[in-house]
Amino acid sequence: MTGTLFEKVWDRNLVRPEQSDSPAILHIGLHLVHEVTSPQAFQVLKERGLKVRRPDLTLATLDHSVPTLRAGADGRLPYVTAQAEKQVETLRANAREAGIELLDLGDERRGIVHLVGPELGRTQPGLTIVCGDSHTSTHGAFGALAFGIGTTEVGHVLATQCLFQSKPKTMRVFFDGPVTPGVTAKDMALAVIAKLGMEGGTGYVLEYQGEAVRALSMEGRMTLCNLSIEAGARAGMVAPDETTFDYLRGRPGVPDDFDAAVADWHALRSDDDATFDAEIVIDAGAITPMVTFGVSPDEAGGIGGSVPAPANDSQAAGLRYMGVTAGQNLSSMKVDRVFVGSCTNGRIEDLRAAAAILRGRKVADGVTALIVPGSEGVKRQAEAEGLHEVFLAAGAEWREPGCSMCIAMNGDKGAPGEVVVSTSNRNFRGRQGEGVRTVLASPATAAASAVAGFVADPRDYVGAAA
Amino acid sequence: MTFEPFRTLTSRTLVLPEENIDTDQIIPARFLTTTDKNGLGEAAFHDWRYGPDGVLDEGHILNSTDTGSHQVLVAGDNFGCGSSREHAPWALLAYGLRAVISTSIADIFRSNSLKNGLLPVVVSPEVHKDLLEQPGREVTIDLDAEELRFGNHVVPFSTEPFARRCLLEGNDPLGVLLNAMPEIEAFEEGRAA
Ligand code: SF4
Repeated sequence: MTGTLFEKVWDRNLVRPEQSDSPAILHIGLHLVHEVTSPQAFQVLKERGLKVRRPDLTLATLDHSVPTLRAGADGRLPYVTAQAEKQVETLRANAREAGIELLDLGDERRGIVHLVGPELGRTQPGLTIVCGDSHTSTHGAFGALAFGIGTTEVGHVLATQCLFQSKPKTMRVFFDGPVTPGVTAKDMALAVIAKLGMEGGTGYVLEYQGEAVRALSMEGRMTLCNLSIEAGARAGMVAPDETTFDYLRGRPGVPDDFDAAVADWHALRSDDDATFDAEIVIDAGAITPMVTFGVSPDEAGGIGGSVPAPANDSQAAGLRYMGVTAGQNLSSMKVDRVFVGSCTNGRIEDLRAAAAILRGRKVADGVTALIVPGSEGVKRQAEAEGLHEVFLAAGAEWREPGCSMCIAMNGDKGAPGEVVVSTSNRNFRGRQGEGVRTVLASPATAAASAVAGFVADPRDYVGAAA
Repeated sequence: MTFEPFRTLTSRTLVLPEENIDTDQIIPARFLTTTDKNGLGEAAFHDWRYGPDGVLDEGHILNSTDTGSHQVLVAGDNFGCGSSREHAPWALLAYGLRAVISTSIADIFRSNSLKNGLLPVVVSPEVHKDLLEQPGREVTIDLDAEELRFGNHVVPFSTEPFARRCLLEGNDPLGVLLNAMPEIEAFEEGRAA
């Protein structure tokens, strides 16, 4: 039988197919847990006298509410509120009681939930991976079926290791040809979202194909899959190949017989004659560095372009919120703050890209730049390469790992009215602080914008500073 | 445990015509440090209802509408996009809403809502336009018949059969899943072999 990558992974994990009166039951291979969307789920289990069924397939971390500032002189971490600290303590207590491994503060493996799975080798081809977090789609970069769930479903997985799921449709997203120099995975992803629109992917699992996808590192593929949800898709996937296997080889969580696993994983690709429910083709060579100008991720354009005329009242209100007008050059927006980090772009390759531009340059007067590694592992690697010194010399801040300004719930945020060029994933009103105006971009574009003081094309900053 | 069944609701509409109302608008992230499900009514649309100074904007429709008699939200296209936070339907329910009508409703929000007794109803652009233009009109949502009725209109809508049955009967899906445990265990044993 021929099939798509998605169908093959679905079939491997199917406990019971869909029946007339109930959706399919899907077994979950890895359940990732963090402090924000789990407490109410553990509470339900307690109320019902249920145990966490497979702590061995569950991994918890702390990322959303934790401070990225170091402990003060009194040794205490500067939590934004007592409630944030209580949330962290609640996960500690729940994990301890259930026997779930927690990557706690101080653990050298801790990081944003979507970074730690891959880093530990727990994210693998063919697995089903869920988390109470919409950007779980990140893990699809390995050929896993990975999607976000709500807290009720977190409870279902804790109690049964399974989920009711209606089978999604499949969409092939084909990048035709290679990208041009200076164009990154983030730009490819924003191009997909701009093309599909914020709801164009609703009900679908996207499979990214084509030469430009094959050429991406695992970091780049994770960025691409991470943003699938911003087009409304349930998940994004890339078929595993040598790049995937090379990334995983030697990591602690991979199967003991790695070669046998690789032989098995080779089957996880869409057959040439597999059919998809929908298909889009993107001319990879036409993509340029992308930035957003509105208040949803699909309101994005190539950096050389201009703000288009709004199609309706909602879009017009969005442009007013952003303080931009139709016809204005995208590279004329003045910048107050820059954030490099998040599960979208907080990996080592992202920090290298930002450092390559900041090396020997200075963050413009009046601009604050915050660089937040996505995990302890990324932080260690960046410091081993001396990247932190590049950032500090440029006048940027170098913080402890966490979600930070991506969701701005730990106290890291912008001030009302500020324009923030951010490598994260959502430019919704107020996402990075009340009244903050977010421009989404790649790490290179963010770094170039920090130097310029306005939204800038990173291709003008390649090579060492003059 | 069961939850309150949803069969038929007759109430007035509260209209928010904005498109792409995301979950950060429905409940801003800074309210997510709670470890409880309750008490989120105040956080619902917080930054729309309160100024940056924290002062209630009394003129805002979300503050001037009687929620007891307006339990049906009619919202612009693509409602509930963004994060997977179930705090969004929790907050809307605590605020007083029981149903959301739009032309499209984001995937995870939809699934979260169904699990909490907040009914998502997707209608055609024509019906949607009608409803947007007449805020406060009385509508009846009949989940058993899968019909939305207002004025002379009888508009069919569809709900996933399983979620519909759980809502009508007040059944908890977790209970149904737990009943499948023998199959789940057999699956795991088959895989280990
Ligand atoms: S970095 Fe942002 S998107 Fe990613 S898990 Fe954290 S809050 Fe969610």
